Amino acid sequence: MSAVAAATRPVERQAPAPLHRPNKRWTRFLLPVYTIVMIVYLSSPIVMMILYSFNDLPGQIDRQSARFWGFTFDWWKNVWNIPGLPGAFRNSLKIAFPSAAISTVFGALFGLALGRYRFRGTRGVDFVIFLAIAVPEIVLGASLLSMFVLAGFPLGLGSILLSHIGFSIAFVAVTVRARVQGLDRNLEDAAQDLFASPVTAFFKVTLPLITPAIMAGFLLAFVLSLDDFVISNFVAGQESTFPLWVYGAQRIGIPPQVNVMATILFAAGIIAAITNVVAQRRRG
Amino acid sequence: MTRRGVDTPERAEESRKRTLGSRRRLVPYYLLSPAGLFLTVFFLLPLVLMIYTSLQSGGLLAGGFTFTWEFGNYTEVLGQYQRQFLRSIQYSAIVTVVALLLAYPLTYWIAFYAGKWKTSILLLILAPFFVSFIIRTIQWKFILADSGPLFGPIKDVGLLPDGFRVLATPFAVIAGITYNFLPFTALPLYVALERIDKRLVEAAKDLYASRWQAFRRVVWPLSIPGVFAGFLLTFVPATGDYVNADLLGGPGTTMIGNIIQQKFLTELDYPEAAALSVILMVVMLVLASLYARILGTEDVERAAGAQA
Repeated sequence: MSAVAAATRPVERQAPAPLHRPNKRWTRFLLPVYTIVMIVYLSSPIVMMILYSFNDLPGQIDRQSARFWGFTFDWWKNVWNIPGLPGAFRNSLKIAFPSAAISTVFGALFGLALGRYRFRGTRGVDFVIFLAIAVPEIVLGASLLSMFVLAGFPLGLGSILLSHIGFSIAFVAVTVRARVQGLDRNLEDAAQDLFASPVTAFFKVTLPLITPAIMAGFLLAFVLSLDDFVISNFVAGQESTFPLWVYGAQRIGIPPQVNVMATILFAAGIIAAITNVVAQRRRG
Repeated sequence: MTRRGVDTPERAEESRKRTLGSRRRLVPYYLLSPAGLFLTVFFLLPLVLMIYTSLQSGGLLAGGFTFTWEFGNYTEVLGQYQRQFLRSIQYSAIVTVVALLLAYPLTYWIAFYAGKWKTSILLLILAPFFVSFIIRTIQWKFILADSGPLFGPIKDVGLLPDGFRVLATPFAVIAGITYNFLPFTALPLYVALERIDKRLVEAAKDLYASRWQAFRRVVWPLSIPGVFAGFLLTFVPATGDYVNADLLGGPGTTMIGNIIQQKFLTELDYPEAAALSVILMVVMLVLASLYARILGTEDVERAAGAQA
């Protein structure tokens, strides 16, 4: 590299045109324009969802239609007016909070072990995490249902919660591990040189440094649980969560309140994600 | 590591080191055990039990299922649902290729040229996926509807015949799966492209490579692990998808996932449903092991972490 740089520098000085001419042709706009087109494409269902939460349906119709009839705030004012929907929404939150909390604790410890220590069986453990990420949801849902049926375990919120924790752990673990691997181990050694016990060094030095990753892992686990459809579909039994309720309702048409709730959830998710990014930047 | 306590007698220091050492060696196992136990019971065990279920015979009404090494379940489902299997593989292959073609230029531009906007653009691209899978797909159902916001106006102007439709066609199903699985293709690609040392491209240009040659000879070969990771995370899950075929498709687009869901949840024919799932799982395991053996597990895991 340095030899190349040394050889090219005098050439650059002699010739007025630099070696890498900036791309001045029209093709330089190709990829940025493509990126914008892709962003529009990817966000189109979301724009649709938000816009149609204001859809002023004609007459007594209270099921979403493909046509946009005009603006109204009715659905935002009567969000909770649909029987069954608030309960399903509450169930989703009742599962997402403990699922995210438990999988964050388990996953963070797991990620810490994978990122910091070399031990017998690292590769096997690593492969299990890899599988847990790559396995198709339908296979996971089907296998969990097989087990619950064989064990006679009652299907419901409990079986959904256990399943959600199971598939979230791997995602938290890899998030935390990436951060742990990026840490400077000298920092902890320095703390110990300054007479901190290993435990103190961990809590005063390591933990604060990996907190952003743990927060990110929690958020990810929370969103994964809240949005999960396939696995919940298999193990829910008679219970319902927000996505399951929407799926059931769409056969006869979804009420516009679903758009309102999904929009609120979306906004909350985006705010949380941005807060986390900003916080991470500030901490460096 | 234990440099403090210089004045303590040597022997005490040594024995302390030894106990610390053996205790230290156990630390990773303590850290692993809660999640390890949980994953054993709620991830690995279910996969094994699904194989057990797939070898049962009997009926729910005929006194329940019993384990009889009933390999007939496999030959039966493979024969009976051959069409749906082939259709799923065909759809999924198209989805995987289209998703790679769509995602590559996008992630390439972000990784190489987005500069300080990287995080913001990445957030914009991933933001739609904060909304539940099911709601996104329902929105596509409205967008693609016969008189929806996309085709309605075109039909009003008369550019499309009134009978034209996209819903309930294989195109709608493939488009829906492609949309929903795009992040699974894009994230590993992005991780691989982002990691490429940008100076390598500079070096190629120093050696008189054109833009295209620099891409073809330097960037593309280095991004291949990402392409394979994207393939792995998209192909098998897309083969097993049933939501898109259910919401956007018609009677002629039934996929293997629809059969599995129906058998498990409506017909309660657990053994045959489990046999179908086991087939998907085995394909998945073979591809995943090959991938991990050749390319390692890192790219996929980093892509999963990149979501956060």
